[in-house]
Amino acid sequence: MNNMRWLFRTVFFAVFFLFAARACYAQPVSSADLINNATRFDAARISYEGEAIGDIMYRGNFAWVNLHDGTNAIGVWLEGDAAKTIQRTGSYQSKGDWVEVTGTFHRACIVHGGDLDIHAETVRVIKPGRPYAEKLNVRKINFALVLLVILGAVWILKQLKLK
Amino acid sequence: MILRPRVEDTRTIGYYLGKVIVGLGTVMLLPMVLGLACNEFNPALDFCIGAQISLIIGILLIKLCDTDKDLSWMQGMIVVSLSWLVAMVLGAIPMFLSGHWHSFLDACFDSMSGFATTGLTLVWDLDHLALSHNFWRHLIMFVGGQGIVIVILSLLVKGTSGAFKMYIGEARDEKILPNVVNTSRFIWLVSIIYFILGTLVLGVVGITEGMPKGSAFFHGACIFMAAFDTGGFTPQSQNILYYHSAAIEMVTIVIMILGAINFRLHYHIWMGNRREITKNIETVAFFFSVSLLFVLVAIGLNQMQAYPYASMLFRKGFYQFISGHTGTGHGTLYAPQFINDWSQLALVGLIIAMALGGAVCSTTGAIKMLRVGVVMKALFQDIKRVILPDKSIVIQKFHHIRDVFLEDHQARTALIITLAYLALYGIGSLVGMLLGYPFLSSLFESTSAAANVGLSCGITQPAMPAALKITYIFQMWAGRLEFISVFTLIGFFVAAIRGK
Repeated sequence: MNNMRWLFRTVFFAVFFLFAARACYAQPVSSADLINNATRFDAARISYEGEAIGDIMYRGNFAWVNLHDGTNAIGVWLEGDAAKTIQRTGSYQSKGDWVEVTGTFHRACIVHGGDLDIHAETVRVIKPGRPYAEKLNVRKINFALVLLVILGAVWILKQLKLK
Repeated sequence: MILRPRVEDTRTIGYYLGKVIVGLGTVMLLPMVLGLACNEFNPALDFCIGAQISLIIGILLIKLCDTDKDLSWMQGMIVVSLSWLVAMVLGAIPMFLSGHWHSFLDACFDSMSGFATTGLTLVWDLDHLALSHNFWRHLIMFVGGQGIVIVILSLLVKGTSGAFKMYIGEARDEKILPNVVNTSRFIWLVSIIYFILGTLVLGVVGITEGMPKGSAFFHGACIFMAAFDTGGFTPQSQNILYYHSAAIEMVTIVIMILGAINFRLHYHIWMGNRREITKNIETVAFFFSVSLLFVLVAIGLNQMQAYPYASMLFRKGFYQFISGHTGTGHGTLYAPQFINDWSQLALVGLIIAMALGGAVCSTTGAIKMLRVGVVMKALFQDIKRVILPDKSIVIQKFHHIRDVFLEDHQARTALIITLAYLALYGIGSLVGMLLGYPFLSSLFESTSAAANVGLSCGITQPAMPAALKITYIFQMWAGRLEFISVFTLIGFFVAAIRGK
């Protein structure tokens, strides 16, 4: 009976630590953590997620994508095929895809001239981006119209004075 | 006895200020048109509102202060210093309306940073900023780099001796051509030719580095304006690191150095006088300063083992260094990396480089190479006087376009401005420390603001205290105008209050 209890406890703790370790590993690291503790994370395998912003820049069979997690953007070096899974990048016109990458973090990347970057091994789009529908701001339009009337009046006043 | 300014003084100042404001309002129409062309209707409205407010104020001032009198020295200086403050406020209106700045003070900070070609920024969510707003951020650097007042007056005014006073007031020490309006038009010509070439080169490099064509040329135009005018803004939040490209870094290094060269030297090079490059006191001083200070930075980086290979140390170290020395502020590092990865020696080397700056009559800020050269020559002269027999006559010459005999008043002027800059760097550092920031970070950020550089070690962010934002705005303004017109404005207000 004691043996059974011991076995049960051992299995329970083994499973617990396995899941806990996996949960810790899966927990994405923030850009602020990576930048402020770059030496600690250097060459570590990490998970990072953020919005793809700007342009995807293809370089041969690879590409650069910059992922912004709300605080900073960090450059991610990934395979061209993986980059193609990112459909939309963030700009004034759109919210970019929210992307999770796992890979190796470099404080000063040897391959890329000392850049702080991530070399991605896996890339996953967690949430697709969407275009922003720009609604005209009525208050701004009204204000601009009032200013236009005032500007017209000032202009006429100036012309009258000149004559 | 202090004399109270006359009504005539105020009228003349108001009249020319009005012209500058009308010019500024007209410039705002450019991003408005871009906004309409890119289907950015709300941003276009922001510029429409900004332009209309500017035009209303400008036209009213011209009407109320109508005069045909030319500017005196005092009036010219005040027009310049006031114009920069007014440009800051009016330029901040479209920025604030965009919603990308937390407060109007933050928008004013970025507006002054742009006009003064500094590059420190408090913008929020830059990566989603409209193209037209991004264009405006870089355009104000282009306008500010040449000098707001002289740029606008060279377009609006056919010829006036008052323009010369404003030209001097905007920290341009030298005329290139006999007429100051022609001089500023020449500066425009040089800038526009370089703008076309620079945008083309950066655009093509951008395309080869994987950017879409439209984006590559837009980024190229923006980066050129910021690099040539030694500003330091970029369209994306990571600054030049966004591109992960050695080619773009190399091209921007060339553009930054071109921007840090005296426009008078550009003129002589264009006229075929290439020997001037190797003879001119400014280029010689710049060469020695870059060589010596970069050795200091490299030793400092090596101490910390910041970069494992020499090539990496050079690429990262030299880029930030030359960006700081030319007063640009483009960077390929995150702000905290300066404090975490760079040793104190490397930071001190970079701070000295930022404090010295580029050439006079260029788009850089800071003490500038001519003054450094003159002060060094004066020091050598004094040492010679001590060493040589009493009866010997010591003559010190330097070459700046022509051979010049060093006179005491030149050394005195150079030393006074140098001391004023050192005081300005010190004041900002002191305010930073009073607000709880460490000494080296405070000195770094203060020097960056006052020397119109734009590199940041992390202090400049929207959450920093308002007192520090105002201090940096003052430093950017006073540093860009090189004090004289700022002191004249302060004197004008004192005379208005206490004068009889």
